[in-house]
Amino acid sequence: MKTVAETEIRNDMNDAGDKKRDEKFSIKIWGRFKKHPGAMAGSFLLTILILAVLLAPLSRYNPDTSSVNEMLKSPSWQHPMGTDALGRDMLTRILYGGRISLTVGLLVVAITLTLGVSIGAAAGYLGGTVDNVLMRITDAALTLPSLLVLILLSSILREVDLPLFSRNSVATIAVIIGLLSWMTFARLVRATILTLRELDFITASRGLGASHLQVIIRHILPNAIGPIIVEATLELGYAIIEESGLSFLGFGIQPPTPSWGNLLSNAQENFVKYPWLAIFPGLMIFITIISVNYIGDGLRDAFDPYKVLGKIGEG
Amino acid sequence: MGQYILRRLLQSIGILLLLSIIFFALVNLAPGGPLAGYGQSRHVPAEKAALLRRQLGLDKPIPVQYIIWLAGNNWMKVDLNGDGVAESYGTRLGILRGDFGFSFRTREPVLKVIEGRFPNTVYLMVTTLLIAILIAIPIGIISAVKQYSVFDIAVTTFSFAGQAIPDFWLGLILLLIFYAWLKNPFTGEALLPSGGIYSLGSAFSIGDRIRHLILPVATGALGWIAWYSRFMRSSMLDVIHQDYLRTARAKGLSESKVIYKHALRNALIPLVTLFALDIPYIFAGAVFVEMLFSWPGMGQLYYQSALQRDYPILLAILIIGAVFILLSNLLADIFYAVLDPRIRYS
Repeated sequence: MKTVAETEIRNDMNDAGDKKRDEKFSIKIWGRFKKHPGAMAGSFLLTILILAVLLAPLSRYNPDTSSVNEMLKSPSWQHPMGTDALGRDMLTRILYGGRISLTVGLLVVAITLTLGVSIGAAAGYLGGTVDNVLMRITDAALTLPSLLVLILLSSILREVDLPLFSRNSVATIAVIIGLLSWMTFARLVRATILTLRELDFITASRGLGASHLQVIIRHILPNAIGPIIVEATLELGYAIIEESGLSFLGFGIQPPTPSWGNLLSNAQENFVKYPWLAIFPGLMIFITIISVNYIGDGLRDAFDPYKVLGKIGEG
Repeated sequence: MGQYILRRLLQSIGILLLLSIIFFALVNLAPGGPLAGYGQSRHVPAEKAALLRRQLGLDKPIPVQYIIWLAGNNWMKVDLNGDGVAESYGTRLGILRGDFGFSFRTREPVLKVIEGRFPNTVYLMVTTLLIAILIAIPIGIISAVKQYSVFDIAVTTFSFAGQAIPDFWLGLILLLIFYAWLKNPFTGEALLPSGGIYSLGSAFSIGDRIRHLILPVATGALGWIAWYSRFMRSSMLDVIHQDYLRTARAKGLSESKVIYKHALRNALIPLVTLFALDIPYIFAGAVFVEMLFSWPGMGQLYYQSALQRDYPILLAILIIGAVFILLSNLLADIFYAVLDPRIRYS
């Protein structure tokens, strides 16, 4: 019979071993990621963008204060991205808009991860009726014409004043986009679990007394981590595009709160005379998405053990 | 195979029913209910609104309303004149019999409104698709055959950029260049029109139609060209390294025969499947393109109806969209089995 102390020592040793292996794994992934020039450029751009967005309050201008003397100025040293119809500095508004757009993106990733991973894990691990019901729900959700449903939902919610979800706030938009895009994660996690469930080490772990939840979290999810991270990165891009698309149509984040989409939407009326209003918000979306996609591509290569590295984007 | 298709169709009907319940519930749980958009333009007095609710059957419980929406009310007595007594048979046939009701905005039958719009969307999107495929496939093939060449690197970069450009922004930029900045050197007019299907008040001319198509098609197609060329490239690369191609070469076949006859056929299989799966998304893109270029199609109709909360039209387009997605999924599976003899459904 083992003493408590012994068990603890054993556990510590295990943990140490795990940590060492994890470290090696992450170093290996990083080493491969580093060799992907697109992914490195993407990470660099995205880091700059996030820093700029975080440092937005350092701007000399207030994003909401209008100024009659400065209306619709074309880009200059004072206003690198010009000013809008109310004389507000576009660069400042775009940085604040970036906060909104990136927040929505990150929230959507968090929501889809939580929903998708729990639904997928439940379906795959529990199997049987639960699996059947959850997968039918997933199928139905995949059949939704998502852009159209997003427009319908946000046009309805635009009129509602709920505590946290007043008039298409950041949370509302993130929740509705999230509700319509967890399915990829669910399928991914379920597929991984189905291939792992019957393996001996899972049975062994169950036999040693691990609960279902422990088995899922300790043994199954780590095996799916690569594809999940890749998918989460790409989801960030989709979410930002969807938010800006909705806001562009006027159904997303409502002015005066700036988001890249509604800045672009405002620009629409007079973009022929004031092209900078249309060029810059879209450019920011474009730079963000292309960076995120390159990072996703780099991660995919880094997690793929069969990939020959040192060459540009394959497949 | 026949059995498989039948089973899938039955499943699809189940999913459609479920979705129809969700859509209907959403619209009816919306604040103000489905009438919110009905009285938006003018003030409707309370008693008039109550009358209207009775006439439209909105005073009934929502499940009953759903059944009427689904199956019509010409088999039951309803209160048509709104006096509180159900006196005559209803006139609605229900969506199962193709009756989507009347548009709140124009009071026209929904199907008639859609009939007027649908061909325009098909015209625009089929052109977009054809152009996208015709450009993407050759680009993808050359890119794969000349892997890591300058051309390949350029295509790979382009495909990343093309997938990252939001189409609503691309449309604005194209308008800026080809409508606002570039002028026709002979007439001094804008090089390309800013929107519409044809110039109003002029006789039909193919040239005019094409000029109106260029910008919307370019806006819609770029992302798909990027996506399909990338997919075609990787699909071709998968095939190119397979043994049967080495055999074909060893037999002494010319390189072009090896590529275009042996490799291409198999490389196209996943593309056809993907293509079928993508059709609904290509049509969904119509919302942005049609709105930007004032193209009187389904996307623009949906956008306008959402602004005016014209629920009968929104519901109809949502249902049509779901049917579209289900059919395209089924089509993709069938294509897969037909084109790849290794796949059998049971």
